[in-house]
Amino acid sequence: MTNHDAGHGASNEIVTHEPGALPDRFQDPGHPDHHARLGDNDPKANKKAELQVVALFGISVIATLGFLVAYFALPPGDTPESMLRSNLALGLGLALSLLGIGFAAVHWAKALMNDHEKSEDRHVQRSSDENREAAVNVLKEGAADSAIGRRGVLQGAMISALALFPLAIIVPFVGNIGDDWNVSKFRHTMWKKGTKLATDPSGRPIKAADVTIGSVFHVIPEDLHEAEHPLDEKAKAVVLLVRLDPADLTEAEDRKGWSYDGIVAYSKICTHVGCPVALYEQQTHHLLCPCHQSTFDVADGAKVVFGPAKRPLPQLPITVDDEGYLIAQSDFTEPVGPSYWERLAR
Amino acid sequence: MTTTATPTPVEKLAAGTADYLDQRTGVGTFVKTFARKIFPDHWSFLLGEIALFSFITILISGVFLTIFFVPSMTEVHYEGPWAAMNGVEMSEAFASTLRLSFEVRGGLLMRQIHHWAALIFMAAIVTHMMRVFFTGAFRKPREVNWVVGFTLLILGLAAGFSGYSLPDDVLSGNGLRITDGVVRAIPIIGSYTSYFIFGGEFPGQDLIPRLFTVHILLVPGIILALIGLHLFFVVLHKHTQYPGSGRSDKIVVGYPLFPIYVAKAGGYFFTVFGVIALMAATMSINPVWNYGPYDPSPISAGAQPDWYMLFLEGSLRLMPGFTEVVIGHYTLSLNVLIPAMVVPGILFTLLAAYPFIEAFVTGDKREHHVLDRPRNRPFRTAFGVSLLTAFFILILAGSNDLIATHFHMSLNDITWAFRVLIFFGPWFAFWVTKRICLGLQRKDRELVLHGHETGRIVRFANGEYIEVHKPLDAHERWLRVQHEAIRPLEIEPAEDSRGVRRKGYGLDRLRQRISQTFYEDRVEPVTPAELAASHSHGEHDAIEPTTEHAPAELTGAVGGGQHLVDPQDETTADGRNR
Ligand code: HEM
Ligand code: FES
Repeated sequence: MTNHDAGHGASNEIVTHEPGALPDRFQDPGHPDHHARLGDNDPKANKKAELQVVALFGISVIATLGFLVAYFALPPGDTPESMLRSNLALGLGLALSLLGIGFAAVHWAKALMNDHEKSEDRHVQRSSDENREAAVNVLKEGAADSAIGRRGVLQGAMISALALFPLAIIVPFVGNIGDDWNVSKFRHTMWKKGTKLATDPSGRPIKAADVTIGSVFHVIPEDLHEAEHPLDEKAKAVVLLVRLDPADLTEAEDRKGWSYDGIVAYSKICTHVGCPVALYEQQTHHLLCPCHQSTFDVADGAKVVFGPAKRPLPQLPITVDDEGYLIAQSDFTEPVGPSYWERLAR
Repeated sequence: MTTTATPTPVEKLAAGTADYLDQRTGVGTFVKTFARKIFPDHWSFLLGEIALFSFITILISGVFLTIFFVPSMTEVHYEGPWAAMNGVEMSEAFASTLRLSFEVRGGLLMRQIHHWAALIFMAAIVTHMMRVFFTGAFRKPREVNWVVGFTLLILGLAAGFSGYSLPDDVLSGNGLRITDGVVRAIPIIGSYTSYFIFGGEFPGQDLIPRLFTVHILLVPGIILALIGLHLFFVVLHKHTQYPGSGRSDKIVVGYPLFPIYVAKAGGYFFTVFGVIALMAATMSINPVWNYGPYDPSPISAGAQPDWYMLFLEGSLRLMPGFTEVVIGHYTLSLNVLIPAMVVPGILFTLLAAYPFIEAFVTGDKREHHVLDRPRNRPFRTAFGVSLLTAFFILILAGSNDLIATHFHMSLNDITWAFRVLIFFGPWFAFWVTKRICLGLQRKDRELVLHGHETGRIVRFANGEYIEVHKPLDAHERWLRVQHEAIRPLEIEPAEDSRGVRRKGYGLDRLRQRISQTFYEDRVEPVTPAELAASHSHGEHDAIEPTTEHAPAELTGAVGGGQHLVDPQDETTADGRNR
């Protein structure tokens, strides 16, 4: 280590040269002189800085005690206000307790500790030639001791054993982690012929007569809560139901029977990456997915009019039962939700 | 400062402990080697420290949360002080998060500390990485540590995402839903990968416990190990330092670890923790009690993930849907694959590989310990800024709905604008940054050759007015001339003297081409000859020091131009200058 205090200032001598003899590059003038701090020469300033450090530590001590008082005196209570008040008191206590220590230490280091820069040599990372050679020799010796080079069969056996044993860990891991690995479940939802359309979340069946033109219903299958895992079923089965003026409705030839008197039902799961499509704009009949703004036209088969989704939302064929309740004619006729590789494969 | 010969009881105790430890561990040697190790100082070296300290804050608050959080998807009916949710069906995970927020005293504070610390952790990692990139600290021998740091960035994303999803609220649930959709888009194995993650169909019963294990054991464990490795490399390589007088690749200049950095780093830890606690005390974050438990049906507009995930969100938003194609019976969702995997894949790969690309192009095998000033490496700086611009545009695109509502603009127009910008923006940023760097370098040359403007005008006897220029002192000048301008590579000809085609010529040619793109435009630092020439050509500045300034006025160095160094010294200077 070298101390940089003594006379490392810039060399100020003027050296004159023939122009032709000038070097290609400038030379490093050497470490600049040390700038004294206020406290370095003035004992009063020094003492003041010390007192400041003491005071900062003191603030920390007081804040910790304050924290403890707040902990016992201010329970979170059961309103947002009391909760936030407790949080504020505890948080300020902790913050000051920490900041007191932090500022004290940094101030101490900056104002009081020796601030003379020092230097240390660096060494290249590369080992010396002798060391490299020695390392190679050591390895050679070890290899010779084991005679691995000459025992080909042993080598092969060892490699095979090492390569195979992880299977005993990986196979059960992979075997169990995907449950039954039956990805064809993507194709089906709870909807089946006759399932009543019910409002989400109350589960009340919906009468066609109650659906006025322009209104939107968030729909679940009526028997959702009887499912083993309702949330899993809901994640596929949620439907959005809209009633349009039948004159506004454009329907494909093969889907003419899927709506009821202007009421259409579409899967609520976005065909992009699966968010619930929830924002309906009455004037334009556009349905907007808030996640990446795919926009679907409900009046025209829920086709995509903008955004990153490609496919229309799958339509749920509906009709009414004898009592006038809306029911499904069947399950969806295609998988709902995001695309996946084997979606169309049979 | 005891001057007495008899040690105090405290000293005796310390000596006793030290002796006990040293006899069993030889710790003395270790202390002797490391206690006074030298570290350079600069505010930008603090960024990595902030990442470290916020990570420690995360560990402390995380352990607290672990004690009260219940990682279970079992459905329960909420009963508790938060009246708005009474009787609502929710997972135990969500219910325990409510309990942590309302009933555990200090629990909300710890939750908010944990979350704020996570955001600061990510911000510190990213800015730290920028510092390393723009100053060229990744050059040999530190390429490996760059890769370690890069891995930490990716793990940080994983930690943040898995943690964000734990409370099982409606926002994070939709984040997971998007993850499921993205994963399913992977060709051939997509559906199976989704089953792999969720233990069956989304959302399933296993996810929260799995995420919990990933979040509190797997990811932090690896992060901790890699942080250890990262810091080990820092000590092994010794810290880089900014250029300046008295600094070279052969030495490290700075302050000793003990006491300066022990005090400073210790102080900074408490300060970082304290600032995070202050944020947690005063700024609410992720108030899940307002969002409600996960339910696949509801969603609110304007919901945003944590900032470090926004670029993915933006990337997904920009891609037009027609890119989903069907090949035979199989669906290839390029509308998801490109934005969620290909684009981030390219950006991150470029970032991870940059040190190796640059080393290939320069063919430079020397160790570098003095940092570059970003302006002196225009290509690198411009490249970094253009990567950042791409990220920034994607982040903005991830907020296009907020921009639309805030500025009353059409969402579709904004999306289209970003679609154009993502191609044009990075290119433009590259071009502008490179110009700026070259401009700054020219300004440096100007300064070295002509000195500072002083604003003082003098009139010569012949009536001519000039402004007095004050020459740079030796330290100021050194900062501006110490670097080497990298020149495009020169390679050996394709054929040797006997006309035989050389092996490896093709690769060399490629390397030369890239090197030309990198280093064609450059500004060389001023040489002593140029400075001498500028002064002897009778420029006004040259006569200025002797006519205008008393030597006393020039602290440190006199007569910037005149005092040129001895060529003898130059040949003995550090070996870089070949
Ligand atoms: C490595 C960096 C880490 C990051 C970036 C991170 C990030 C997060 C985030 C953003 C949350 C959501 C918090 C909320 O708003 O409720 C979270 C939750 C959580 N984290 Fe971490 N975390 C990290 C490490 C850890 C560690 C090491 C532990 C435990 C030892 C831990 C334990 C937890 C627990 C139990 C929760 C759920 C608590 C709740 O939801 O209230 N985390 N984490
Ligand atoms: S999930 Fe609907 S647009 Fe992305």
